[in-house]
Amino acid sequence: MSVLCPDIPAPGFSFENCRRNVMLENKGLALPKATKTGTTIVGIIYKDGVILGADTRATEDTTVADKNCEKIHYLAPNMYCCGAGTAADTEMTTQMISSQLELHRLYTNRVVRVATANQMLKQFLFRYQGYIGAALVLGGVDSTAMAVFESRWKPDMEEAEGVQLVRDAIAAGIFNDLGSGSNVDVCIIRKGAVDYRRTYDEANKKGQKQNSYKYPKGTTAVLTTKVVDIEEVVVKRFESEEMDTA
Amino acid sequence: MSLAVKPHYPDYSNAPIQRSFNPYADNGGSVVAIAGDDFVIIGADTRLSAGFSIYTREQNKLFQLSPTTVLGCSGCWCDTLTLTRILNSRMQMYQQEHNKIMSTEACAQMLSTMLYYKRFFPYYISNVLVGLDNNGKGCVYSYDPIGHCEKATYRAGGSAGALLQPLLDNQIGQKNMLNVKQESVSQEKALSIIKDVFISAAERDIYTGDSIQIKIITKEGIKEEKFELRKD
Amino acid sequence: MFSSPPFWSNGPSPGNFYNFPNLHPQVQPQDFRQHSQSPVTTSTSLVGIAYDKGVIVAGDLLASYGSLARYTNCPRIVKINNNIILGASGDYADFQYVKDFVEQKVISEECLDDGLSLQPKSLYCWLTRILYNRRSKMNPLWNNFIVAGVENGEPFLGTVDKQGTAYTDRVICTGYGAHIATPLLRDALEKNPQLNLAEAKALIEKCLEVLYYRDARSYPKYQLGIIDAELGVSIEGPLEVPQNWNVAYSIKGY
Repeated sequence: MSVLCPDIPAPGFSFENCRRNVMLENKGLALPKATKTGTTIVGIIYKDGVILGADTRATEDTTVADKNCEKIHYLAPNMYCCGAGTAADTEMTTQMISSQLELHRLYTNRVVRVATANQMLKQFLFRYQGYIGAALVLGGVDSTAMAVFESRWKPDMEEAEGVQLVRDAIAAGIFNDLGSGSNVDVCIIRKGAVDYRRTYDEANKKGQKQNSYKYPKGTTAVLTTKVVDIEEVVVKRFESEEMDTA
Repeated sequence: MSLAVKPHYPDYSNAPIQRSFNPYADNGGSVVAIAGDDFVIIGADTRLSAGFSIYTREQNKLFQLSPTTVLGCSGCWCDTLTLTRILNSRMQMYQQEHNKIMSTEACAQMLSTMLYYKRFFPYYISNVLVGLDNNGKGCVYSYDPIGHCEKATYRAGGSAGALLQPLLDNQIGQKNMLNVKQESVSQEKALSIIKDVFISAAERDIYTGDSIQIKIITKEGIKEEKFELRKD
Repeated sequence: MFSSPPFWSNGPSPGNFYNFPNLHPQVQPQDFRQHSQSPVTTSTSLVGIAYDKGVIVAGDLLASYGSLARYTNCPRIVKINNNIILGASGDYADFQYVKDFVEQKVISEECLDDGLSLQPKSLYCWLTRILYNRRSKMNPLWNNFIVAGVENGEPFLGTVDKQGTAYTDRVICTGYGAHIATPLLRDALEKNPQLNLAEAKALIEKCLEVLYYRDARSYPKYQLGIIDAELGVSIEGPLEVPQNWNVAYSIKGY
């Protein structure tokens, strides 16, 4: 290893802390937990394409961590992907795959096929044997939303009808599953056009507060005060110099 | 190398499956109470849930024990049902034996005793008991599951208790503030704060929501109100 | 006459320590008993909904032995009297045991011949006590009961689980149905709060169809228990779940 020829770090994940962490955990250290998104995400096929839908609640155990997060991720201009599970894993997985897809597009000079993305995701997730907690929909995860589809989905639906079905499926998840909540995001992918409707439906409005909780000036305690006389401060001024380009 | 947290695939596991019975359930819910000079207000959300499902959106968790005493319960619902049933019959027995209605203070003491009686198989309930004392002043008693009792003027309990108590400390107890007039809270202010804190709790606690049932206890009697919360 | 109660009952005898329940002491007591800690022959979800003049409860006829579809003709929705229907999911043997003594209770009441009969709220309350009592002995009845009925002309729908957790609502589903059928039923009831019998029946049928597609422990043969303020009690069935597997062939690419 030298300055002139630095070691290029190996690509992929670093596992160097795994042994240490297992040892620490066995000694009783509580490791920090990752944020999960106990989510409702869905996708359906309709006459002219695909409609994806997602709720916008992220939870940490029983508290809501993010009330309006984005769960429909960009993969390629013709492809989006819903993610549920460990928030960081879904985010990073889709970003990595997205980057691979772009490289693939530049290499082949063609619009990348969804089957390619599907295969890439499968291979990526399989490699980590479930340690990457990402459940992705390019298909369905939530049994509540699935029930709505089982009762109402049929082949060759119209777009408006399809969007309404996706909204209702996500709404079923939002209102009946405590892990899902807030708003409905919808993404319509047709041939040659993507329509990403962030906050398609604001399923829940925040209640109106009756009081104001603004504090009047002087409410916060001042612990110490130090006054510096401005005269004591010496102000020095530096003139800028031209860079020597000779 | 063994990692500490292994992903679990039930279909491929050879380990024997063991299911053990857990007599307790966490059914969520929050209770908030604020007492003033001549009134006391208690509110509880009406969501009954377990795990990630909502059992019902319309479950009252406030129990009227006497014309001046109300108990709010959250936690294990089956224990709540049992405890409140026994409480009601004890109230009735007291009335028939002594020919008078039990005072709020006496109720508070009896609840503590009843909870401690189950010290080694507790009722897993977070209780908040409110009422008017013998002088008509509002009072709040809060309990831990095994009978520790504390008298206060305001209290938040249940699944969003830890979220709301600091807010009440600041807004009602006027803690950590300078230059504020020390005055007792008015009935209107208390009522609006209860509604506001529940709005906030419903935003961040998944077990609090749907609506709140509010009981306002004054010497004129008990008024009841309902207030809608978000349903997700 | 009255004597003062013992100062410390159920306590340790002199010179001994208290045996804390649920802890495993190093030395097992001589008289310990192992209670059943899991169900054996089980039935899956029940769905129930209260419509304008009554209540419908439905459940399939399968009793599974683990993942084996063992007994395919096990009715678990029964008429208790002219006011009450009782449905159960969970352990089938426990259900039969409960059913026996509930029926005995009804017979005993009949014998009084006072013209009064058991009401749904009373049965619901009584079952709650029984199940809570058994859970407190750490020997639960591994069931989820639905009590449906009509009391004073009003529909009643309540449930009790193995811990004694009890509540009433217009929509109640147990087991996997709580995840799949409840949202569909709540949604329908929100859109049309004054559901009639025919609409409710169609809705329940749809729920059972969806449940059959997605619940691996379900079965296409089912019973409907209907209790109506005017028509009285009827248990219909065995009925068939309508099925359509056409789309199954279009699923590929995993």
